[in-house]
Amino acid sequence: MAQTTVRKIRDRAEDVHRKILKGQKPSMKFPLRSLSNVKYDPKAGYFEMRGRKKVRTLTVSTVKTFAQTLRMMALSKELVEQDDIATKREAYYVSKNWDAARFLEQPESDAVMDDVEALFEINREQLGFVPEEKGGEIAGRLIILDRDSETKKTLRIDCTKFGSGAYSIPISVEHLQFETDAKFILAIETAGMFQRLVKHGYWKQAGCVLVSMGGVPTRACRRFVRRLADFKKIPVYVFVDGDPYGISNIYRTLKVGSGNAAHLNEFFCVPQATFLGITPQDIVDYKLPTHPLKDVDIKRARDAIKNDPFFQHHRPWQKAMNHLLDMGVRAEQQALAKHGLNYVIERYLPEKLAHTERFLP
Amino acid sequence: MKTSANASVKNAAKLSQLDLFGAGGMEASKKSAPQKPAKAGEAPRQRAASARTAGGSRTRGARKEPLPGKRTARKIVASHSEPDLLDTAAEPTPPIAAGVVSPAPASTAGKVARRESAESMGARQREISVSEFFTKNRHLLGFDNPAKSLLTATKEAVDNSLDACEEAGILPALEIVIEELEEERFRLTVTDNGPGIVKNQIPKIFGKLLYGSKFHALKQSRGQQGIGISAAGMYSQLTTGKPVQIISRTGKGKPAHHYEIAIDTAKNAPQTVKEGIVEWDRDHGTRVSMDLSGVYKKGRRSLDDYVGQTALANPHAEIFYRSPKGEEFRYERIVNELPKEPLSIRPHPYGVELGILMRMMKESRGRSVAGALQSDFSRVSAKVAMEICEAAGLGPGTKTKPGRLTPAEVERLFKAIPKVRIMSPPTNCLSPIGAEMIEGGMKKSIAADFYASSTRAPAVYRGNPFQIEVGLAHGGQLPADELIDLWRFANRVPLQYQQSACAITRSVITTDWKKYGLQQSRGALPAGPMVLFVHIASVWVPFTSESKEAVATYPEIVKEIRLGLQECGRRLGMFLSRRRRLAEEEKKKSYIEQYIPHIGIALREILGFSAREEAKVVSRLKDTLERSRTI
Repeated sequence: MAQTTVRKIRDRAEDVHRKILKGQKPSMKFPLRSLSNVKYDPKAGYFEMRGRKKVRTLTVSTVKTFAQTLRMMALSKELVEQDDIATKREAYYVSKNWDAARFLEQPESDAVMDDVEALFEINREQLGFVPEEKGGEIAGRLIILDRDSETKKTLRIDCTKFGSGAYSIPISVEHLQFETDAKFILAIETAGMFQRLVKHGYWKQAGCVLVSMGGVPTRACRRFVRRLADFKKIPVYVFVDGDPYGISNIYRTLKVGSGNAAHLNEFFCVPQATFLGITPQDIVDYKLPTHPLKDVDIKRARDAIKNDPFFQHHRPWQKAMNHLLDMGVRAEQQALAKHGLNYVIERYLPEKLAHTERFLP
Repeated sequence: MKTSANASVKNAAKLSQLDLFGAGGMEASKKSAPQKPAKAGEAPRQRAASARTAGGSRTRGARKEPLPGKRTARKIVASHSEPDLLDTAAEPTPPIAAGVVSPAPASTAGKVARRESAESMGARQREISVSEFFTKNRHLLGFDNPAKSLLTATKEAVDNSLDACEEAGILPALEIVIEELEEERFRLTVTDNGPGIVKNQIPKIFGKLLYGSKFHALKQSRGQQGIGISAAGMYSQLTTGKPVQIISRTGKGKPAHHYEIAIDTAKNAPQTVKEGIVEWDRDHGTRVSMDLSGVYKKGRRSLDDYVGQTALANPHAEIFYRSPKGEEFRYERIVNELPKEPLSIRPHPYGVELGILMRMMKESRGRSVAGALQSDFSRVSAKVAMEICEAAGLGPGTKTKPGRLTPAEVERLFKAIPKVRIMSPPTNCLSPIGAEMIEGGMKKSIAADFYASSTRAPAVYRGNPFQIEVGLAHGGQLPADELIDLWRFANRVPLQYQQSACAITRSVITTDWKKYGLQQSRGALPAGPMVLFVHIASVWVPFTSESKEAVATYPEIVKEIRLGLQECGRRLGMFLSRRRRLAEEEKKKSYIEQYIPHIGIALREILGFSAREEAKVVSRLKDTLERSRTI
């Protein structure tokens, strides 16, 4: 694995080197990282790249980014060869040693890193770069089989025994094994709602695994849910805020992946996920308290209807999004507390789960 | 009484013909119709109605009562902003309008005690002299605050001197000296090398308002009405009680006359306090000196700025200036040639006002109306004169004497003028400063990176020819993060106050400067390191007030100014974009120097080649990019 990465980096650098010596302008081809370069095939179940590429030719105006990309590649090669890792933040600080080619802000170095990742069409972990972010939390009827990093002995982690706490999804999940009798996985947007369900042992009465995504799910979280769901062939239900962010950013990314790292979506998506709530119709049916949609919400929703292949494919989603726009309001998960703090456990979830066939795709 | 009189002044435009009795009449009408309390504006109409119904007599206009003379005063106050103010004020009280209505009906008159009778009021009514009026309304002439007063007085003296020199064909050499006598009191002395003034005229020119040579001629000059210098003298007298000092000599070998002149404000007449002959070291010229209270300030709109801008707009003049702080400035003559002499033209029919037309017809020496039109106006041929007369229903107009026309006929004549196509007035009467002169002057006085200027072809507004000139200086030492400095000129006179009311400012604001690479917020002057010079030359500059601080916004004038601004703006835009391009090139070059070594380092790290190979890569790549950059 490590050797493939190093070879890919060398190949690319040699190509650049050769062109320079010939007096030609070297160029690199990057897959275009945007929603406009993905297509959605429900059979595949995730966003696939259309294969459009942007060519970055070394000219006077691209010389800075070109130099930075090459230096980032050199850093990656060094990391892989020495079996070391660097977080995005660390990589940013390493660049401070590059004089004029250093990055001024971390988003710049993140963008170059994403470019390199897309260039080689491999996962950034394979390049030696690891994300800072936390992977998400798990509670419920699940035993995870992990390995002790020193003794290499199998560890049985029982997710029913964290009490009021939870299991943290690690950055890499490929080696994990599962034992479970859960009937479904419930992925939850907010840590607050997760806490409530854990505290009242909801997973016991419903026979499920609870996942706290904490906003847009990380790659590790997506991969974890995918592997678990594939392994036991159980459905995944998603419970997020009833607003364009919850729907188009959190749910869509979990289910079909992102436009940004489309070459990886095949692994980092959960095609079997369906949408439990909060749906625009729930706002009406449950008379939920609302807030008006902000300008960014409206823009996000319109953008999803117009440009997002996922929403374009699913008529029910277009109707739901338009419904939300017509109402001009959004409702949070916690809005259910209007009817009583545990209304969500006693009424809302049971009522919704009785008709999973009605869930939005 | 007083307050309601003021209220009626506000409505004077509507009421002046009806509400001649002020509060007395109004009160009477209120009593007669108590169920309907009358507003100020409604009172006269209501009174008219009640007069008709109660008395049943149809006496509208029949009972002409003597018009209270107070009307004159009211009329003047009410017409503050009218440009023809002086004209109206100077003319005798117009005849009583036809629609005068009698006061309250007799049935109620007995119940209301009259406060005054026409006779008792009449006893207090008297003529108001123009100078007395301006003593009370000095802001109309630009003497509204101490800083401005000092500037205005200087300006009036300088205008007179420059006009006199040019008219006489003498290259002007001026000396402006301002001394601070005590706090907020100054002595202003302006000396010129002009033709001098004949002895008999000296008192009138400096001691009588509305006395001058320029009002009756349509010719490009600085002064227009003959108010300026005498108003300055009046202000001096008002604030210090001192008379104005004048020395003037008309030529070598002639005596230099010295006068001390005060103004009798009640009579609008000069009072010679002292006169005599003195020794004077000049062959010819005039020196005027006056004490006045004022404030001397530095910065924008300062006296120093005024003198500098005057020198800029008059490159043929040599100006020496000593400020109250004792600093001396000497502005050398840039061109040893007088500007082309502006010609006097007859008025053009399109620009004439009804009142003026009436006066012109009355005073004309023409034998017939058509003849008068032909001889007193420009661009009126026999054919055009006939067409006007026919359009006015006066026949060919060759029989009637112009003085015999009734007011109604003159009005018909007036209304007929726009119906006839008349050639534009001659424009060769104007004397612009010249684009080269403006640019040269700006180069001399402003340290900037870029200069541009343009002189537009003459154009016409309301029958008056005018010409626009624009100059522009950008960059260099000018402050970059402020609004631009706008210098406005009319007939070579810098305009310092009322910038926002001026057509020039409006034109600058409504021009899109972003197109030319400057920043500009909506409805504001552009921002950036720039001085903009805009000059309007005209036989009659339409000022918004007598203090001559702002040009009225005639669409033709705004259009011409904008065209001039755009011409200079385009050249500025080209300069700025070229400069930006060069900077970009420079930046790119430094990019190559900065970043290519990193490509070498990265490739060496990845591929592990030698330092020599790295150097080769760097130099090869530099070559490639340098080459492509220039293509």
